Amino acid sequence: MACIEARGLRKVFGTTVALNGINLQVEQGRILGLIGPNGAGKTTVLNVILGLTPYEGELRVLGRDPWSERDQLMRDVSFVADVALLPRWIRVSELLAYVAGVHPSFDRAKAENFLTKTGIRHASKVRELSKGMVAQLHLAIIMAIDAKLLVLDEPTLGLDLLYRKQFYDSLLGDYFDGNRTIVVTTHQVEEIQQILTDLMFIHEGNIVFACGMDEFEFRYAEVSVNPAQIAAARALKPMYERQVFGRSILLFDMKSAGVDRKQLAALGEVRTPTIADLFVAVMGSQTSGLSANQARNKSLPENQEGVVR
Amino acid sequence: MNTEASSASIVPRAIPTTHLLYWSIRRELMEYRSIYLAPASIGAVIVLGFGFVLVGLPHTVSSAMTLNPEKQHEAISQPFEVVAGLIMAAAFIVSFYYALDTLYGERRDRSILFWKSLPVSDLTAVLAKAFVLLLVLPTIAIVITLITEAIVLSLSMAMLAAHGLSIAAFWAQLQPIQMMNGLLYHILTVHILWYAPLYCWLMLVSAWSKRAPLLWALLPPFAIVVFEKVAFHTSHFQNFLQDRFSGGNGAMVDSEMRMPIVHFMITPGLWYGLLFAAAFLLAAARLRRARGPI
Repeated sequence: MACIEARGLRKVFGTTVALNGINLQVEQGRILGLIGPNGAGKTTVLNVILGLTPYEGELRVLGRDPWSERDQLMRDVSFVADVALLPRWIRVSELLAYVAGVHPSFDRAKAENFLTKTGIRHASKVRELSKGMVAQLHLAIIMAIDAKLLVLDEPTLGLDLLYRKQFYDSLLGDYFDGNRTIVVTTHQVEEIQQILTDLMFIHEGNIVFACGMDEFEFRYAEVSVNPAQIAAARALKPMYERQVFGRSILLFDMKSAGVDRKQLAALGEVRTPTIADLFVAVMGSQTSGLSANQARNKSLPENQEGVVR
Repeated sequence: MNTEASSASIVPRAIPTTHLLYWSIRRELMEYRSIYLAPASIGAVIVLGFGFVLVGLPHTVSSAMTLNPEKQHEAISQPFEVVAGLIMAAAFIVSFYYALDTLYGERRDRSILFWKSLPVSDLTAVLAKAFVLLLVLPTIAIVITLITEAIVLSLSMAMLAAHGLSIAAFWAQLQPIQMMNGLLYHILTVHILWYAPLYCWLMLVSAWSKRAPLLWALLPPFAIVVFEKVAFHTSHFQNFLQDRFSGGNGAMVDSEMRMPIVHFMITPGLWYGLLFAAAFLLAAARLRRARGPI
């Protein structure tokens, strides 16, 4: 049984189509990154999976219908819907007591153990903590819940580099055990590239790209082409071309272009693209009619920002 | 064989609804400390203020003893009724504020997303809030009233004894048992049963409104009153509201005028009100289910 299985999943808000009949299958033990521009439908997908929004189409999460069986589902699903949404008035000790009181699979000792590694005191109120500490506190709770599915929606937005790194390190080192399934959305894609097992791009309510990270590594290549060989390189049908410091960088889908790494190595320096590079390439081809650079600027301001950082 | 382990993981142990309710109520008390702090501080202020009355008390009591018995009782029991009335008023203000804020505040500060990430159903959450309004708050008001009255009473008796006045006569005029009966009757009939639809209406508005819940709670009833007055020159809805606010038949606190509890319980208005209260709560739970942060 797949952890998440969707067929023809649709969600319409008034006249806006947020999800345009998507199909989705996520097996147990995967870490899926859901990437897309703002307003692409990422949060809608997550809300539907979490039973926060009704939907059209077929959807099963851990074998249940999330909308009608939400209360039972939440015993096996954890989520972080946003950074720092813990109630500001609550004390750390009260929060731990409450979660221990209502959650059947919360291990309070584990959460307290995690907290001792941070500077968070039990007597503190959430409003007295920094944003990074609130994220750590939330993570401590999430990690102490024995859930089958964890959904993270921009879990590190606005946190500094150190906290972001710690967040994913803890998640991967202490939490993920190969049996759990994690779905994550973020604009800081470069930070999750190493932890994902699967990648999915979503645009205007459609899934426009999906592949496993194993496949990603050997299927896509980026070549910094020697100026003399640019015509030869373009003839090999790259997906996307961009200019960096006067050099052309061409991104190839080696499978559909029918080329291999050796051929590309003859044209210039070859490397595996980042998720951000591929995202720009895929989105560029989505918005045909615009030049590649325009498309990039139009659909991806936040992603570019993420790359620059 | 790992059948045991796998069946345990397929059916996670559930927490009984009563525990979920208990923890949800505790959560409300963590968030809204004014539920007990407000009546308690009014009680403390009353005790402080009573210090001034205490000085003149022997004179008041000795002159009251010369009045006819009816007036005697009135003069002596009056401070105690003021105590009960003030604490009740504080509890009402807190209830009003709590009912209007509870389902609105959690959406405004987005913490609803965190509450919804835990296995507590929307109905349980809403019922816990209704429990706080209809049981916890009145109980706290009663307890604090009794404590405050006990302090005021002991101070009075100590003062009278120091001046050589009869405590027995004072006690006889006070009729503390009847006073307590009156208090419990009033809380049960007016503050719990008769006001239930008002509180639940406020909770519904709290769950529904995107901004300014106070306006949404008050303007629609006001609009109906105005419309009725202009269109039909009648004021049925206004009378209905006045009856509801004044506490209806339960408001008769005096033991002679008071309606026997059995008669109160068969008042049709009571049951219509409770039906509306239940409907408002169910609607609030459904709204909480469907609505996200604002």
